Amino acid sequence: MRHILSLLLENEAGALSRVAGLFSARGYNIESLTVAPTEDPTLSRMTIVTNGSAEVMEQITKQLNKLVDVVKVFDLNEGRHLERELMLVKMRAEDSAREEIKRTADIFRGRIVDVTDQTYTIELTGPRDKLDAFLEALDPLMILETVRTGASGIGRGDWIMRV
Amino acid sequence: MQLSGAEITIRCLEEEGVEYIFGYPGGAVLFIYDALFQQDKVKHILVRHEQAALHAADAYARATGRPGVALVTSGPGVTNAVTGIATAYMDSIPMVVISGQVPTAAIGLDAFQEVDTVGITRPCVKHNFLVKRVEDLAETMKKAFYVATTGRPGPVLVDIPKDVSQQVTEFLYPAQIEMRSYNPVVKGHPGLIRQAVQMLLEARRPMVYAGGGVVLGEASGLLTQLVRELGVPCTNTLMGLGAFPATDPQFVGMLGMHGTYEANLAMHHCDVLLAVGARFDDRVIGNTRHFFVEGRRIIHIDIDPSSISKRVRVDVPIVGDVREVLQEMQKLVAETPQRLDPVALKQWWHQIGEWRGRECMHYERSDTLIKPQFVVETLYQVTQGDAIITSDVGQHQMWAAQYYKFDKPRRWLNSGGLGTMGFGLPAAMGAQLAFPDQVVACITGEASIQMCIQELSTCKQYHLPVKIVNLNNRYLGMVRQWQQILHGNRYSESYMDALPDFVKLAESYGHVGIRIENPADVEGALREAFALKERVVFLDFMTDPTENVFPMVKAGQGLTEMLLGAEDL
Ligand SMILES: Cc1cc2nc3c(=O)[nH]c(=O)nc-3n(C[C@H](O)[C@H](O)[C@H](O)COP(=O)(O)OP(=O)(O)OC[C@H]3O[C@@H](n4cnc5c(N)ncnc54)[C@H](O)[C@@H]3O)c2cc1C
Ligand SMILES: Cc1ncc(C[n+]2csc(CCOP(=O)(O)OP(=O)(O)O)c2C)c(N)n1
Ligand SMILES: [Mg+2]
Repeated sequence: MRHILSLLLENEAGALSRVAGLFSARGYNIESLTVAPTEDPTLSRMTIVTNGSAEVMEQITKQLNKLVDVVKVFDLNEGRHLERELMLVKMRAEDSAREEIKRTADIFRGRIVDVTDQTYTIELTGPRDKLDAFLEALDPLMILETVRTGASGIGRGDWIMRV
Repeated sequence: MQLSGAEITIRCLEEEGVEYIFGYPGGAVLFIYDALFQQDKVKHILVRHEQAALHAADAYARATGRPGVALVTSGPGVTNAVTGIATAYMDSIPMVVISGQVPTAAIGLDAFQEVDTVGITRPCVKHNFLVKRVEDLAETMKKAFYVATTGRPGPVLVDIPKDVSQQVTEFLYPAQIEMRSYNPVVKGHPGLIRQAVQMLLEARRPMVYAGGGVVLGEASGLLTQLVRELGVPCTNTLMGLGAFPATDPQFVGMLGMHGTYEANLAMHHCDVLLAVGARFDDRVIGNTRHFFVEGRRIIHIDIDPSSISKRVRVDVPIVGDVREVLQEMQKLVAETPQRLDPVALKQWWHQIGEWRGRECMHYERSDTLIKPQFVVETLYQVTQGDAIITSDVGQHQMWAAQYYKFDKPRRWLNSGGLGTMGFGLPAAMGAQLAFPDQVVACITGEASIQMCIQELSTCKQYHLPVKIVNLNNRYLGMVRQWQQILHGNRYSESYMDALPDFVKLAESYGHVGIRIENPADVEGALREAFALKERVVFLDFMTDPTENVFPMVKAGQGLTEMLLGAEDL
């Protein structure tokens, strides 16, 4: 099953490689991994999307907690949560295709953020399946480049994760 | 007080009460060696290869319970040390490793003797640090000792660039340290402990399986009391030998791949299993699916949550320090009059007695060939079971574990998790330094001993009168045994031709060498060697080259699927 793990870790050189190294050394999957400092500059917040059985998830969580740089680990699947990902798509956009692409982008609440004679660059945020659906709605031959950030996640309601 | 980074490093060791540091100098640590030279509190032991520095520091820790400390230079110094670091990591041994690094300005430029030490060692340390500013050095050293020695112990590496060791700053050693990201659990969950005690008291076929965690957690006294109070059988893992006294009638021997028939069968057929500081290793519970053919309830005490339900799912997981948890359990047992059902327990012991009747440790005696088991048995008698025994890796290691009966913890020092050939001799040095008056013997094989043989020279320099018991079968015996049993007798590269004359070799290092070729001479040679209290004696026993280690559970098989002897092949 797909799980979204939220981590708080010391904002130290090497903390990221400890987490990444753990996943590769123990053969755990990583679908995506994002990390950036938080409002407290000594802490980074990381979101890892992974998958595994209940047993594997238990080990992943335990192993992450064991890393000395990791302050907190939470499996967002254990509660209600939000998941968002940002995607930038560069499209071939010429003549009549321009209107069509714009319409599709509008339907998905995407925004065109850069334009040339031949291209549109579209920005879109949402959960993973929305971004997937958008890509499916486009003519694959027209897609020049896609960049996705990987998911970020946060718990719903007044549940908060902090030190 | 203003001190250089190098001086701070040594002062921190002094503050931590470090007695010995094992190391080897080089460019990146010259300032640290200079600081060492100018004091006399911390004594340095100059080994002949960095791997040995790590093993010696590691064994010092295994023998004393205090952290071992090693010091190596950048680049090849570190890469040579990696095997030793990984050895300590796999067996959860508290160590602090200090490595030199190229100057901060040179990092990343492929400087002379630069390696990414933090990167190379990351997967085999509990934690590591690169100290970029001298102002952070003292606190980092404090953290290193704290992390290495608390929770599940392990090696911690501190990488110190040369310029950092040269720069000067105010020295302040923190008395205490707090780390928000590191808070090992100590106390066990009271509800679970209560549940565990109840489950044990209601067991009809109980079994206690104790591992290295009992030794590491200084809990063998508590464990022994509890096992005796309840009257239940107890087995130890290879790492746990000595945690429960081997000569106690309730001890059923080591379990696992080369465990006893009775221990493995009791493990398989028990109805309640108490696992204490043991991690259900694949050499212990061969095939987990086979293990679960018999239903049993499992209580597992371990300080590391990730050891619990990793290979084997358990019913009562108790995260905590084994000492704390056993103390609580003992209190609860004392408070209740309830004891195990005596009839059921008697039946269980009767069953175990039958299994014992198979005499799985029996071996063919011989008047002409020296049986390796016989050497270990005789060694046990000659040293009155009171020596510190180190070993290398192979058949000799298993015979040492099977035939030397350890009654106390920290007397059996071996590499279980990584299985590092070359561990034995440097480990004996570390143990001898820690306990100068103790008898220390290294049980080894002619192949393993050659992996760190150069340390005979270190023994000479520091007058470390360790005794080397070489079970010389002319084979990579453990490899040959697998090839015989699993690869159709095709002995691919497991025979060692052109072995050195170990007697002359020992003599050339300034030691005593004795070759023993007849079973009748075994005891005499051992007595002669141990009478030479001030000397290193290399005993080269020419043993039966075809002897195998039994019982044996082939890798991947179930615990009860044991080969008991040559007749089972
Ligand atoms: C050739 C060869 C053959 C082998 N054959 C066998 C064999 O037949 N039988 C066998 O048993 N082994 C055998 N081994 C060793 C095996 O590979 C493992 O190293 C060993 O079984 C692990 O022992 P352990 O479970 O006691 O765990 P250890 O590695 O000693 O781990 C200790 C456990 O205790 C925990 N712990 C540490 N401190 C505390 C504390 N204070 N409180 C609570 N918990 C704590 C740790 O978290 C860890 O889970 C063999 C090795 C070799 C090289
Ligand atoms: C560094 C290292 N290399 C290889 C091995 C694999 N190995 C395990 S036992 C063994 C043979 C050991 O031979 P010896 O020391 O003579 O002991 P014996 O088994 O003959 O008693 C080997 C090669 C190992 N454990 N460690
Ligand atoms: Mg051999």
